[in-house]
Amino acid sequence: MTTHQQAAPAPVGGSLVNAATVVCGVLIAIMAAILLVRFIFGLGTVANINDGYSWGIWVVVDVMIGSALACGGFSVALLVYIFNKGEYHPLVRPALLASLFGYTLAGAGIFVDLGRWWNFWHIFWPGYANPSSVMFEVAVCVTAYVLVMWIEFSPVFLEKLGKRDVKKKLNKWLFFFIALGVLLPMMHQSSLGTMLVVMGGQVNPLWQTPAVPLIYLLTAIVIGYGVVLFESCVAAASYRRTIEMRLLNPLSKIMLGVLAVYLVVRFGDLLIRGALGEALNPGWVAISFWIENIAFVAPFFLIGTVAARRNPARLFLAGIAIMLGGILLRLNGFLIGYGHFTGSGWTYFPSLAEVMVTVGIFAIEVLGYIIITRRFPVLPRENAQVAS
Amino acid sequence: MDSRRLFLKGVVAGGAAITAAAVAPPSYARETHSRPAEALGLLYDATLCIGCKACVVACKEANNNPPEFSTEDRLWDTPLDTSGYTFNIIKMYRNGTMETKDAEVNGFAFMKTSCMHCADPSCVSACPVSAMTKDPVTGIVAYDPGACVGCRYCVVACPFGIPKYQYDSPTGKIGKCELCRHRYQDGHYSACAEVCPTGATLHGRSADLLLEAKRRIALKPGSVTRYPRGKIGGPDQSYEGPVGNYLQHVYGEKEYGGTQVLKLSAVTFAKVGMPDLPPKSSAAMSETIQHSLYGGLVMPVVVLGALSFIAKRNVHDEDDESGTGKDKGEK
Amino acid sequence: MGDMNEIFNLGPDALHGIEQRLGMSRRDYLQFCATLAVTMGLPKGADAAVAKAIETSQRPSVIWLHFQECTGCSESLLRAEHPTLEKLILDVISLDYHETLMAAAGHQAEAARKDAMKAHKGKYVLVVEGAIPVKDNGIFCKIGGQTAIDLVKECAADAAAVIAIGSCASWGGMPSTGPNPTGASSVAEVLGKPVVTIPGCPPNPYNFLATVVHFLTFGKLPEVDKLGRPKFAYSRLIHENCERRAHFDAGRFAMEFGDVGHRQGYCLYKLGCKGPETYANCSTIGFGDAGENNWPVGCGHPCIGCSEKGVGFTKPIHQVASVINITPPQQYPRIVEEQGKGASFASAAALAALAGAAAGAAVMLTRNLGLSHAAEEAERAKAEGKSKDQAQV
Repeated sequence: MTTHQQAAPAPVGGSLVNAATVVCGVLIAIMAAILLVRFIFGLGTVANINDGYSWGIWVVVDVMIGSALACGGFSVALLVYIFNKGEYHPLVRPALLASLFGYTLAGAGIFVDLGRWWNFWHIFWPGYANPSSVMFEVAVCVTAYVLVMWIEFSPVFLEKLGKRDVKKKLNKWLFFFIALGVLLPMMHQSSLGTMLVVMGGQVNPLWQTPAVPLIYLLTAIVIGYGVVLFESCVAAASYRRTIEMRLLNPLSKIMLGVLAVYLVVRFGDLLIRGALGEALNPGWVAISFWIENIAFVAPFFLIGTVAARRNPARLFLAGIAIMLGGILLRLNGFLIGYGHFTGSGWTYFPSLAEVMVTVGIFAIEVLGYIIITRRFPVLPRENAQVAS
Repeated sequence: MDSRRLFLKGVVAGGAAITAAAVAPPSYARETHSRPAEALGLLYDATLCIGCKACVVACKEANNNPPEFSTEDRLWDTPLDTSGYTFNIIKMYRNGTMETKDAEVNGFAFMKTSCMHCADPSCVSACPVSAMTKDPVTGIVAYDPGACVGCRYCVVACPFGIPKYQYDSPTGKIGKCELCRHRYQDGHYSACAEVCPTGATLHGRSADLLLEAKRRIALKPGSVTRYPRGKIGGPDQSYEGPVGNYLQHVYGEKEYGGTQVLKLSAVTFAKVGMPDLPPKSSAAMSETIQHSLYGGLVMPVVVLGALSFIAKRNVHDEDDESGTGKDKGEK
Repeated sequence: MGDMNEIFNLGPDALHGIEQRLGMSRRDYLQFCATLAVTMGLPKGADAAVAKAIETSQRPSVIWLHFQECTGCSESLLRAEHPTLEKLILDVISLDYHETLMAAAGHQAEAARKDAMKAHKGKYVLVVEGAIPVKDNGIFCKIGGQTAIDLVKECAADAAAVIAIGSCASWGGMPSTGPNPTGASSVAEVLGKPVVTIPGCPPNPYNFLATVVHFLTFGKLPEVDKLGRPKFAYSRLIHENCERRAHFDAGRFAMEFGDVGHRQGYCLYKLGCKGPETYANCSTIGFGDAGENNWPVGCGHPCIGCSEKGVGFTKPIHQVASVINITPPQQYPRIVEEQGKGASFASAAALAALAGAAAGAAVMLTRNLGLSHAAEEAERAKAEGKSKDQAQV
């Protein structure tokens, strides 16, 4: 009989200078150099985005996919605070941290891509802001959500800084911010999908549907759990800690439940609209569609049974599969399945500079995650030996 | 397990609610807009166009745009498509031997490409900062670089691929035809229409242009008729000429609710770069979804209220350091 | 503007006067007026105004100064046919001072000039041919003991109009070619105010003649651009009216003198033709009264931009010109043009490396997790087995 002792969060400790952080540092430096060129000379000097593909990986990957992968905080908060699964509480802080970084950097990623970034405040300013625009709603919700997350995460800093009184006062109102922290992602993650709607027939019918907000919302929730699986395994392996199997196991079942709902909605929608035929057109688009959906279906084969769910390797792979599926859904809708009606002659493939900036942004997330988990109370205290 | 079933029920219920809202009841639906009564626009008749490109030159001059080079010599302004610096271009349809003008098979034809000034513009709906606006009277879709953030949502949203960004500049703007609205105060009208020698590009009220377009397609091919030049209502520069083999379709009459730039062609529109669009605009579709879900912020506030209530109940035990909570619903 | 019939209504005496004075038939005279009007681009009916002006006005006094020049401009004028130079200087204008053409010389000539200037003060036209040296106080060009600088200032002071003929007077011309040891400058620079300029080396004589006749007819000079050049002659690039323009647009160029392209009359742009950056009407009216095609390009030599400051006598003759007017040629983009950069080797390699590294790390981690799981399961089985044994005991 194992006791349900939930360990309090504590800093992992250990040196901040190791292979991982140094590599991250180098990648970030490269990114900074590229961004300097971008801001002085213009987007065209470093990126391959063009008149046919105006949104490249900086928008689709850094912002859209980056924020989707940051849904761990949202999914776990939903579970813990709305569906009252308090046993998952230890997952909240690390998931929230990953979310915090993911969303903050998705927001920062926007600046890298905006052509007239000095006017960015217009999106929030009455007189400029256009509430009918889907992007307006996404921007406002994401910004609000980032603020909410910093507030939700502040107990961590307050603990480390020993400000118990402030923390107590904050805790009184935390429930409201938590509620916001569940509502806001529901709004903007679904709207990230709705952004496709105005593009009309330019988006392949496999991904263009009025049900797109629901599809993006469900995948956002599912990706959130997948990311938690992924990060738990990676963090445990990197910090040489035990994996909280007793949490991940049931969590993955919930994930499968939501995934099942998603797949029903997704394929139901495709069948109703008669769009599945597109998936049989030979070409990269169809191939990408099938890979995306195989990735979404794979977890049922990987962790469909109780025994399988006990195997952290399978949990890890299932998490990767979900992430891959979610990434591809977005990539397909906005890039691979996007093209002008009459067969636009434009091609787009990210430039090395674009790739390095994207990598740099993710490196900031990784580096930030490492620094904060090592120095601030985020991960549950481990009774076992802590590796340096 | 009970909890799982409960959870699934919740998700399904939530999903159903969202789906129901997405397939909105009529009261939430945002109707596709139509052209304003005094909308200004152009009528481009591909059968009259001789490909002289005076309109391309005039547009460049009227808008102070630099040349774009696509040949090694860099001797001529040779844009391959509209761009942040080219707001109007003549493209050529080619087929087979290219013997006959305006023949779909073994022929060639010209197609002017510039902003269609839609009745329900996708770019206006997409723009988060109102940099793209539609004038309520003239219906001209205007661009304000002072408001623009350079997000390029308008670029990806436009079904005609018209707004384009200036990637080569750190302070790049979007560039597109604005019907020469900056020239109206000097008594001018669209430069392309002003210089067109054959009246292939005609300026005027869209309502008048639509009537003229319908008049033309009703004529017998090969017969002779009078073609106006410049603008409708301007000094009479009309001339007599043979009627072409028009398709029985005025492009822009109904597409996405209608456009203020109308086109006539003898070659299938899809083959000359004009996409097949339904009468319901994608802007209407997108805004219907948004209004249904967020109209008046009703649903968000209600959901927030419910979530706050639940969260308050579940969170109030969480304030001690150890994090041990009295978990409800546990064994 | 009147029409031709007005002239006939003037009465036989007036017409007879013209015939006698100019020594040409009435028809030739009217033809001459029409030609001049057309050269200036004047509207229909202007030829009558021109006719009237010439026949009724007093012959204006013209003072013509020569400075650093080759006299080519005067020579060009000598080749004019309508009017011929003698008709011009005897019947149309009163050429009171011209060092090449006047019979007088020395102090007599200078005295004649001063008298004319006094008699027609404020009403004479000053024409300057040649550049004016300014270095060392202008000692490099002196006439009758006076430097060119002083002369031009003195003569311009009371002139009704100042016309700089030829590139030298208009902007410095050939004498101003680097290193310009004498400081050869234009009339405008020396006078410090804009003047009408008729650049060219030499200019087409009708550009000058038409300007003068315009002045006679309307009492003012024709519309000029910001360099003082009459717009009727200098508002278009040579390139815009060149007879070889179609070859330029189609990309057919002569690459060497005498090659196949050159013999076919192809565009001379690649041989250094400065037509695309030179404003003049050589391509429209040609030289020698023989009409179009009688100009350098028509003879197979690239234009050297002799009328354009910064081009003529500055840029090497065979250096390729900048194209000022780059309107589209006869080339059309297709409905769909392939554009955009595909995968570069570097970025594809980087992405592949990233994907590979990620996959490799994932595989490794999976293996490790799997192994540790297997180990745990084995231990648990062992523990269960042990406890079972114990229970059985």
